[in-house]
Order: sequence, then C-alpha cells, then structure tokens
Amino acid sequence: MTTAASPSRVEIDYTGSERLTMNMGPQHPSAHGVFRAILTLEGEQVVGVDAVIGYLHRCHEKLAETLTYAQYPSIASKTDYVAAMTSEFAYVRAAEMIGKIEVPKRAQYLRVIAAELQRVASHLLWLGTWCLDMGGALGGGATIFLYCIRERELVLDLFESLVGARLLYGFYQVGGVRYDLPPGWPEKCRETVDLIDRRIDEYQRMLEENPFFLVRTQGVGVISRELAQEVGISGPLVRGSGVNFDLRRTDPYSSYEDFDFRVPVETGGDCYARYRVRMVEFRESLQIVRQALDRLPEGPVSSRPGLKSVAQVRIPKGEAYARVEGARGEVGCYLIADGSAKPYRMKWRGASFSNLAVLPHIIPGHKVADVVAIMGSVDPVFGEVDR
Amino acid sequence: MKDAPRIVPVWRNFKDLVEWEQLHQKRSEGDKHSDLFVSLTEGIHNFPGGFALTTVADTFLNWARKSSVWPVTFGLACCAIEMMATFASRFDVERLGMVPWASPRHADLMIVSGTVTIKMAPMLKRIYDQMPDPKWAVSMGSCANSGGPFRHGYHVVKGVDRVIPVDVYVPGCPPPPESLLNGLLLLQDQIAHFHRTGKRAEPTPKVD
Amino acid sequence: MTAEQARTLLAERLPGAQVAGDRPMVVTVPPDAWVPLARLVKETLGCWFFSFLSAVDWKEEGLEVVAKVDNADDTLSLLLKTRLGPGVTACPSLTGVYKGANWMERECYDMFGIRFEGHPDLRRILLGDDWAGHPLLKSYPVDAPHPPYR
Repeated sequence: MTTAASPSRVEIDYTGSERLTMNMGPQHPSAHGVFRAILTLEGEQVVGVDAVIGYLHRCHEKLAETLTYAQYPSIASKTDYVAAMTSEFAYVRAAEMIGKIEVPKRAQYLRVIAAELQRVASHLLWLGTWCLDMGGALGGGATIFLYCIRERELVLDLFESLVGARLLYGFYQVGGVRYDLPPGWPEKCRETVDLIDRRIDEYQRMLEENPFFLVRTQGVGVISRELAQEVGISGPLVRGSGVNFDLRRTDPYSSYEDFDFRVPVETGGDCYARYRVRMVEFRESLQIVRQALDRLPEGPVSSRPGLKSVAQVRIPKGEAYARVEGARGEVGCYLIADGSAKPYRMKWRGASFSNLAVLPHIIPGHKVADVVAIMGSVDPVFGEVDR
Repeated sequence: MKDAPRIVPVWRNFKDLVEWEQLHQKRSEGDKHSDLFVSLTEGIHNFPGGFALTTVADTFLNWARKSSVWPVTFGLACCAIEMMATFASRFDVERLGMVPWASPRHADLMIVSGTVTIKMAPMLKRIYDQMPDPKWAVSMGSCANSGGPFRHGYHVVKGVDRVIPVDVYVPGCPPPPESLLNGLLLLQDQIAHFHRTGKRAEPTPKVD
Repeated sequence: MTAEQARTLLAERLPGAQVAGDRPMVVTVPPDAWVPLARLVKETLGCWFFSFLSAVDWKEEGLEVVAKVDNADDTLSLLLKTRLGPGVTACPSLTGVYKGANWMERECYDMFGIRFEGHPDLRRILLGDDWAGHPLLKSYPVDAPHPPYR
C-alpha cells in the first residue's frame, strides 16, 4: 500500500499483509493435466487455495445414456486414463450386478491380473512424474522419470500383446473379458514381473538415500486421520494417514479373497508416508499377479456369447453401485438400468475428484514449492475428476 | 476466491464463425517478419540470379528450423501420457532436436494432445498466441482432430482446428508413440518447404 | 453394528424412512428428514466414509438425490435417497454433516440445477460460470450447440 504524503515522499507498508493472488494455470509443467489452482500467497506461503476444475469435462455421464453396454467400456477407460483397466472394471461390474450375470472363474482371474498390472503401471507413472515435478525437467528429476517409463513400457508391451492397445483398452466386457491369453504370455509376464521387482528395489534405495527427497517429502502435506475420514478420500491417501481401508479387503470382488496380499498402512500422513504405501503396493500387486498366474483355472473367458451387434447386451431394470480399488482410490459406477440396451443414468464416482477436495484443507501453511510435491503425492488424474 | 481474475473467452471478439474461420485461412500472411527483412529478401530474390542465394539460404535455414523444433508441453488428457512416452527413453524425441519446454514464449510447436473443452479453449488460444512466429501446431489424437469419441458432448470442441490452425493431424486414440513420431517427421518435411526464407508453404484450400 | 441392528435403529429413530435391501441398504426419506438421517447415520451407525452424492432425473416424477455412505470397519453400506417432488429443485445440504459433500453438491447443482440450502459456496464446478442450462437433466439435448464452436 503506498500513501503519497507529499509528491517527493512515498511510504510503503511492509507489514506482510500483502496478499498476492497467483494463478497456477491449467497449463503448467507439473505434468498432471488441466488443473487451475488460484493460490493466495503471503510472501512465499500459501494461505488459501481455490481449485478450479472442469477443463476436461467430457460429458461422460450424458454420453453413457446414448451408448450401449457393449460400446461404453472402451469409453470408460478414458476416465482414469492412467489406470484404464480399473475404470472399465467398475462399469462392467455394475452392469453385471444388476443383470445378475455370472462371470467365469478364469475371467475373474484374468481381470485381477489385468487390474494389478495396471496398478503397477499407474504407480510407475506416478513415481516418474512426481520425481520429475520435484526435480525439474532437465535436471535430476528426469532420471527417475526415464527409468520408470522404461519399466512402464515393459508392462504396456504385455498389454499390447494381450489386448492390442497400449493405453486405452476395451478389454472388459459385460460377462467376462474379451480376449484370452496368447501363447507364451504367462512366461513373459513372469519375467517382466521379476524384472520390475528388482528395479523397484533400486529406485527405492536411490530415493530414500537422497536427503533432498527426504526433506521435500517428510512433514509435507500432512493429512490427519480425522481429516482423512471426514472428506471422503480413499486409496493410498487414506492408507497413508493410518486408516486401514482397502476395498479389496472390505468388499472383495472378482475372487480377490483367493489371494494372499498385505495392505500397507502408514501413520505419517505426509507425502513420504503415501510414497511408502505406494512402494509396498507395487510389491503386493506383483505378488498377486504371480499367484494368479500360478493358479489360473481353465475355462471360458466370458459367460456371454461373442458380440454380434452393439445392442446385444440388455440389462433388466434395476440399479447398482459397483466399486473397485483403483490405483487412486475407490472408483465406483452407480448405474440405473431400465431394461433396454442403454443405461438410464450412470454416475462415475471418480477417486481423484474426492481426493482433490482435500487440497484446500492441507495446502495452506506450506510454501509454493511444496504445492507441487503435494499435488504429486495426491496423484490426480483429470479424466476422473472432470469426467 | 470470488475476486479472482476472470478470463474472458477469446471467441467473443469475433462476430461469427465465418469470420473466425477466415482468420485461419489467411495463415501464410500470419508469420511476422520485420519490413526490412522482407524487403531485403524480396530484393535479392527478384534480382537476376539472386534466386540462387535465397535458395541456398532456404536450405540452410529450413534445416536449422526443422532440426530444433521445441514443443510446448500442452498435455490435456490421455494423449498426454502417450506424448510423455514419446518424450521418454524408448521413443526418444530429443534425437530429432525437440526439447519439451514448458514456457510457450520459448517454444515453436504446440502438440495439442487430448480433448479440448469449451472451458479450456480460450486458454489454448492464449498459449498459442503467446508463442512467437514461426509456429506450428500438431493435433494429436482423435479428440483434437475432430472431437473424437466425445464429439457429441455438449462441452467438447469438435476439433482443435476450430480454435487454432493445425499443420499435422495425427489420428489414433491414443496414437501410439510411433504414430506421433511419424507425424513429427511429416512436420519436419513441411517445415523444409519454407521458401524465400520466410514464407511458409500455402495450405491446401479448405473445402467444406 | 450389523445390518439388523442398523435396520431396527433406523426404524425406531426415523419412522418415515423406508429401508430395503441388504448390501447396500437403501434408505428412502422425504427431503425434510435428509439432514437428520445423515446425522444419525454418521454418529450412531458410524458411517464415516462419504462415497458420493448425486441426483437422478426421473422425468415426470421429479428429481431424486442419492448419497452413498459406508462404515468400512463394520462393512455396513448404505444408499440414502430422497425424492424431491416434481418441479422442486431445492434440497437441504449435507455439508454440515459430511465435509466430502461439498464438491459433490456443487457438481449436482452444476449438472441438475438443484439448489442446496446451507451450502457455503454453491457455484458451478465443472462448467464455466456463464454456462446456461443444466446438462444432465433429461430435457437438455445431448449435442447442444454453443457458438461459435458449434
């Protein structure tokens, strides 16, 4: 504030009550997608955050009312496009719950293998982009990014030989899955899984012995246990704050109860705790894939005949809410069917939408540089947020 | 934050769609050069025998321009993940000279990867306007080409060429990195067609 | 807290509620009992996880607001519903009870036009502030023209 007492003297008030509104606009280099955060800063410290979303609102819910149950799973992948298999899973499961359609055991195991491999791929991308954000694009941050993308390419190669597509698939169909395993796939999968397991150990050692990484993540973005339970967040965010909530345990679906795996829970609540949770989730997902490959039963891969027309699948009247444990939390699909080939209403419960709602509670009090670290550890995917 | 700055959509400056599309047709006059430069090159070119000099200069300058196209990281949706995979180690794009750079003021190329929504379109136009000439745009993926699987949505712009002029369209949903690399190499061929050291090749006339 | 105990508790505390189903248990109340139901479910039944809140447009019968809450520790899962009558677009807000309802109700307002009374900051979240119409209503055409992007 400047007060001109006389033309030659200007008083400037430095009491620190100057608040600057800074726009962290929809295009910014922290590779997370289109997100606008209007930060109110006092110096370097953030005192308020207004999150503006909706820059990727692609009208999924309205379009689902015009597309049949056979057509929509490929579009469903585009909500959580980093972990596309889990989005399809939620939609297909909701349709099967209403129609009371049985899924054969082999299809259930294949679904689990695909979902867990997708979780590994998603966490690899998370680790790469988070370290890229914290380290800078051409400096040290690009190291972990390039290593993680290299491993992710191996997983995507597996998907390409299974489904035909690298990123967005139409693998899940109502009644089962679309394709069976090609010959030689289980061996290649086992090799890839062992390789990734070894490399994750390397990256973990690289990061945890790095004092800069520890300083930037410990104590930053603490979500207390009470806040975690109140805001409706799920996934690694809530498990990093001490709440043991994993849908694969609380509400097992698709034969998850046959597998033996550990659910990691950390009590720190900061970015480091969420990082530790995801690192353990890597290993547990790889364990699940190994167990599923060992015990894979023979049988058909779908309980419905092959698709000959798009309007073939008709679901009787009813409603259901199906949820899966995605890489980011609870991905759910609330479906109301009315007997025809298209749903009457479909609502996506996006994990990242609820996870982002926690940002205005945890960011104030941190510096601007911590905003990037916190956003990365919350790991939003804007297809899920904006749908 | 109710007193946050409001961004007014750019399309309100134009009175109708026809006027907006005509702006895109007049693309080749859009590259700004200083008058001295233009008069100098025209003079040398029109001088008898001077075309040899401008042709040699063309070859050299076009090689320099196409070998160092810096894309601005404009990842919007799923295609952004494939774009990141193209920038990463297996399908390295830096061997073509393309260093992904966050600031549009230093960039030459905008790879629009992902669906453009009505809320995002003014921001996209703003970033495109902030890039200095000569600049190119690659529309990556079917959402950017024509609206893609979301074409019938109410909030989706049916193709990014309604907002900015596009040089190369890369189809796919999402286009695998090999496709995007193909598109970028086609762009490099296009850049090689600058003539008289400053005028870009005429676009094919738009037939509706 | 088992499903049986929850059912008896709901029957005695909220006589106007209709309870059906097991997992999830569907509880339908009239709109004026919406906030008391949410408070009861959170404090007595211990459902702390707020999954989502949305609405459904039943064309002539009006709008219906749907919310899902869970008690993850006891695997109790409830789907709360309330039918606003035909032509009614106001509903009491759950933000006082569940913090997670904040953005969900903003999205409901954006998509359906339901005004939530008591919401601290009811404005559009996914569409721009100057958008006209509420898209997920059945009366809104799928491919609505919006100049000049057609």
